[in-house]
Amino acid sequence: MTISFFIFCFIVFYKGLNHSNIYMPKTDKKNIAIFTAKDFYSETEINSEKIFVDGDFYIVNIWASWCVPCKKEHPILMELSKNESVKLIGLNYRDNLNNAQKFIKKLGNPYSQILIDQDGTIAVELGAYGVPETFIIDKNKKIIKKFIGPLNKKLLEEIKLYLK
Amino acid sequence: MKIIKLFLIVFIIINFSQSKSDEKSEELKNRILKNVRCLICQGQSVYDSESDFASSIKLVVEKKIDNGISERKIYDFLKEKYGQWILYEPEINKNTYILWLLPILLFLLGGAIIYKSLIIKKK
Repeated sequence: MTISFFIFCFIVFYKGLNHSNIYMPKTDKKNIAIFTAKDFYSETEINSEKIFVDGDFYIVNIWASWCVPCKKEHPILMELSKNESVKLIGLNYRDNLNNAQKFIKKLGNPYSQILIDQDGTIAVELGAYGVPETFIIDKNKKIIKKFIGPLNKKLLEEIKLYLK
Repeated sequence: MKIIKLFLIVFIIINFSQSKSDEKSEELKNRILKNVRCLICQGQSVYDSESDFASSIKLVVEKKIDNGISERKIYDFLKEKYGQWILYEPEINKNTYILWLLPILLFLLGGAIIYKSLIIKKK
C-alpha cells in the first residue's frame, strides 16, 4: 500500500516536472483586437484596422531591445521577412525608443511596420504574456497561432506551413 | 459674503463626492486585481506582482474602470484573452462543477460517516 502510494506520488511529480509551467489557453481562432498605436519612426497614431487589411497574412512579433531571446530570434525574423506572402509587424514592448532604434539599426529591420507599445497595454489586448511572442494572423484577421518565446528554425518551418 | 459661503459649500460637496467616487473605483480596481492571477509569476496575484505583465494588466483594468466598464465585463475581457485560469475564483460551469461540488460532497460524506459511527457506538 505504502509503496504504491509513493509510486503514485512519484509519477504525479515526475509528470509535473516535465509539464510546462506556462498556462496556454485554448487557441480558438480569435479576431485580432482593434487598437491604436504609435508608429516607431514617425510616432504618428495609427489604427490597427488600417494596418491589418483583409486578404493578407500577417505575423505580429512582440520584441524589445532589452530582451535577450529577441536577439536570438532576430535572424529567424530576417529570414521570414524574405517571404513575400506575409507582412511582418513588430510591436516594440515597454522599451526605450533610442535603444530600440539602435537594436534595429544593428541587427536589421525585418518588419514592414513597427508599432510602439510603451506601457504594454496593446500586448494585453493581443493576449500576450511578454517578450518575445509571435502571432500568425490569417486573411480573415483571425489569430490562428501563437508562439510564446523565441522562434527557432523548427518553428520557422511550422510558420511556413501555415503560410502555404 | 453669502455668495462666498455658498460657493465654499458647493466646492466642498463637489470635492467630497469626487474623492468618494475615486475611493470607490480604487476599491473596485484592487478587488479585481486581487482576483486576477499573474500568469508569469509563481503563485502571485496581479495586485501583488510588479512584473511587466502585471503592470500592463493593472493599466488595462484601470483604463477600463475609468471608461465605466463593469467588473463582470472586465473579467470577461481577461478570460477571453487569457482563459479561465487568469481568475482565482472560477465560475460555475460544466468544467468546474466537480471543483465546486467536491468540498460539499466530502463534507456531507464525512458528516455521514461520523453520524453513522456515533449511532453504532450508541447501540
